[in-house]
Amino acid sequence: MTEKRPRVALFVTCLVDLFRPTVGFAAVKLLEAAGCTVEVPRAQTCCGQPAYNSGDRRDAKAIALQVIDAFAGYDYVIAPSGSCAGMIRQHFPEMFADDPATLPCAEELAARTWELVSFLVDVRGMQEVAAAPWQRVATYHDACSGLRELGVRDQPRRLLASIAGLELRELPGAEVCCGFGGTFCVKYPDISDKMVGDKADEIAATGADAVLAGDLGCLLNIAGKLSRQGRSVEVRHVAEVLAGMTGDTAPIGEMR
Amino acid sequence: MVSAAREAILADIRRSLKRGPLGPEKAAELDARIAAHRRNLIPARATTLDHARQIDLFVTMAQEVQATVARLSSAADVPEAVARYLAAENLPAELVMAPDPSFDEIPWAKTPLLDIRRGRAEAADAVSLTPCFAAIAETGTLMLVSGANTPTTLNFLPDTHIALVHADQVVASYEDGWDRLRAADSGSEGGSALPRTVNFVTGPSRTGDIEQRIVLGAHGPRRLHILVVENLRGAKDGEASG
Amino acid sequence: MHATSRDFTANARAGLANENLQQALEIMTQRGFPARRREVVARLPEFDALRDVGRTIKEHTLAHLDFYLERYEQKVVAAGGSVHWARTPEEACDAVLKICRAAGAKTVTKGKSMIAEEIGLNDFLEKNGIRPVETDLGEYIIQLRHEPPSHLIAPAMHLVKEQVADTFRGAHRALDPKRSLAEARELCDEARALLRPQFLGADVGITGANFLIAETGSGIIVTNEGNGDLTQTLPRVHIVVASLEKLVPTFEDAATLLRLLARSATGQEFSSYTTVSTGPRRPGDLDGPEAYHVVLLDNGRSQMLGGEFHDMLRCIRCGACMNHCPVYAAVGGHAYGWVYPGPMGAVLTPSLIGIEEAAALPNASSLCGRCESVCPVKIPLPKMLRHWREREFAKKLTRPVWRTGLSLWSWVARRPALYHALSEIASRALGWAAGSRGRFRSLPMAAGWTGVRDMPAPEGRSFHSLWAERAKREGRRW
Repeated sequence: MTEKRPRVALFVTCLVDLFRPTVGFAAVKLLEAAGCTVEVPRAQTCCGQPAYNSGDRRDAKAIALQVIDAFAGYDYVIAPSGSCAGMIRQHFPEMFADDPATLPCAEELAARTWELVSFLVDVRGMQEVAAAPWQRVATYHDACSGLRELGVRDQPRRLLASIAGLELRELPGAEVCCGFGGTFCVKYPDISDKMVGDKADEIAATGADAVLAGDLGCLLNIAGKLSRQGRSVEVRHVAEVLAGMTGDTAPIGEMR
Repeated sequence: MVSAAREAILADIRRSLKRGPLGPEKAAELDARIAAHRRNLIPARATTLDHARQIDLFVTMAQEVQATVARLSSAADVPEAVARYLAAENLPAELVMAPDPSFDEIPWAKTPLLDIRRGRAEAADAVSLTPCFAAIAETGTLMLVSGANTPTTLNFLPDTHIALVHADQVVASYEDGWDRLRAADSGSEGGSALPRTVNFVTGPSRTGDIEQRIVLGAHGPRRLHILVVENLRGAKDGEASG
Repeated sequence: MHATSRDFTANARAGLANENLQQALEIMTQRGFPARRREVVARLPEFDALRDVGRTIKEHTLAHLDFYLERYEQKVVAAGGSVHWARTPEEACDAVLKICRAAGAKTVTKGKSMIAEEIGLNDFLEKNGIRPVETDLGEYIIQLRHEPPSHLIAPAMHLVKEQVADTFRGAHRALDPKRSLAEARELCDEARALLRPQFLGADVGITGANFLIAETGSGIIVTNEGNGDLTQTLPRVHIVVASLEKLVPTFEDAATLLRLLARSATGQEFSSYTTVSTGPRRPGDLDGPEAYHVVLLDNGRSQMLGGEFHDMLRCIRCGACMNHCPVYAAVGGHAYGWVYPGPMGAVLTPSLIGIEEAAALPNASSLCGRCESVCPVKIPLPKMLRHWREREFAKKLTRPVWRTGLSLWSWVARRPALYHALSEIASRALGWAAGSRGRFRSLPMAAGWTGVRDMPAPEGRSFHSLWAERAKREGRRW
């Protein structure tokens, strides 16, 4: 259901802010192309996943309250990340389930929070993107939270299919975790390494030039492994490709 | 039967559920739920088929799990079908058969070379022949019940199990089969005098325990051969089933 | 069973380095359970709806567990059987021993039972002069190897067939040493031949139960080999060891769960043998046990009811979660250190043996959620893993370096101005340090990452600082 020029707040995510602002700018470009105005609330930092997944409910709630405040009043809150959007949509209400004072606000925020690509397709009704041709064979990794918490799967594939010159090749085991898992990858590096090693092998076996995904955590992990293996597969966030900004910045982890 | 452990466990359960023992009204409600034994969602796979198609489905599903199936037009054909099967499998023409009255009508005299013993299975038995209680079309499953005439060992000890299914025993679902069992048992007072064992058998014995590779004949029968007799019992040859 | 869950990290490392195990895991993930499940689920349009029904049946039963247990016991007794209630593994073992002694048992055959593993029954019986013989092929193999099971359904899943062959050669000394044991067929035939006399000679047969039916006082075993049936039919005494939460109200309820179980566990429509047994043999029966006993085990289940881990009681022990878990696929079942591996093991084990002992298990997960997505009764496994992490945090079981690091992160995250100043500094510094290479091969304090993969470099400016510049350029306030 499309409204006139909805007022969207961008949830940048800590990884995009620190590692790859291009993804944030790509998100802004796509949202504006979808007829939205985009603002970036200053008082945002993190969605609180690290604390939440480590069992620190208190800190997670404190951060969540900050998010609820910072994003009050906007029509939509959009994150170029399934895990951050999932955190807000699924887990904020869960965290405040026993807190009648805060629960309504958490639910209200959750209801208007979306992962970027699913927002473009499912809410704004986007069927294609205006991006210039991109001659690549690309494969797509389904980030776990986006897939399982938010149902993000068909939407990025649909939009990518509209880019001339881009051939999408399905990744066997696309839905298998890449081994990032936030703190998991550094707490259990051996296991994470096996998982990302398998993922990198599957990617390489497709023969694709590029691998795309909607979460920067996965992408940093996958890019780091491919690069350590000496493989030259281009790693990018799906937003950069959809926004036609692949010329603006080098792929993740590559020479600049 | 009262024991300290029993009382402690029940008390612990109630404490965790934050209540005392259920009152008589609630207990009656739950007893009624049990007595009603309402069916839950049953897949449409077999229930939407007419009986002839259900038989076809039963045969297809049974074959999928490596049972072999022979369809016979009457019970009179059973002895020859058994003899033929044993010969084709290079098995000696001997078997142990359930001492079930339903087998009395079968013209065993037609195959005098078939060595038949009636009773339970012993270690040396290689082939058994049993009747069935029902056959479940949904997954090609045989329903066999234990009893004085149908010892369970016949289903498991021999290497080859031949099972006789009459067309009117084919039902859509496990629930259909179990309802027939309830009806058969309700003759006894108080209802529910179940047999010691009800076996739902779907294909021969198998294991995948070594490298996920399926091997037939782990401890139970390596071969399951099902004879499906199409005509209703009691109908003469050539008469249409009602 | 003695737990080594404390050593998860070391066990996991050993698993990763174990080439046979890695080969076995590869076989499972590439052509085993997950593929078969996918195919069989695709053939049943009602599968997802059945998952909701299954969940409802289990929840209803748990909410009235005391009632259904009492009804179940009444029916078992009415059918001529006995019920023995056991709060602890010790009480359960004692009950089994008493029955075996009364029967003058020397040899006991066993169908596969995770409860028997949980209470350490085999060791206990052996200590008391009774010989237990595992008859499930996988259990038989690990019994010979003195190993615990590594999977709920396929206990010897961690082995390749060469290892099984070696074990058989070592244990079956009377057979021709030059015989071929190259194929699964040959190994299976050998076990069949050797176990047959054991079945026939056993005094007591012990099985588990996949379900117990309150309506009739029946127990259900779901097998493929037929060993469970021989175990419970041939000996004079049949003992069922089962935990409380195996109860379902009626046969119809069991049928629903059975439709979910085989498909979720092995990708079959139905197992080769699904057997419903009620009491001992009837007058006139030609075979069957003369006595039927059920040992009902609590061991922590009643404590889980109504609490944070209540949902775990719905588990029907199908193993789908571990079949689809990338952590299990990396390290195998033994890494978890106790009876129950994989995601369900990570949630259940702390409830049964304590979080201190099993602290690592709920943490060794990326919370990817694939387990929950295949659970036939929709258990929210990641949510419960997180609950355990909360308990560990509250008990300060987390390593100080992580607690401090995360506290610091959260502290800064609650101060946006400071956070953004630091973010800009960090992105500039790291961007500069990486130069034009675009990545780091190593980073101090990040060895967990850079030990095995490169770290891509930041672009060099933070999004917030760039957005501020853009706003300024466009004459906007921000």
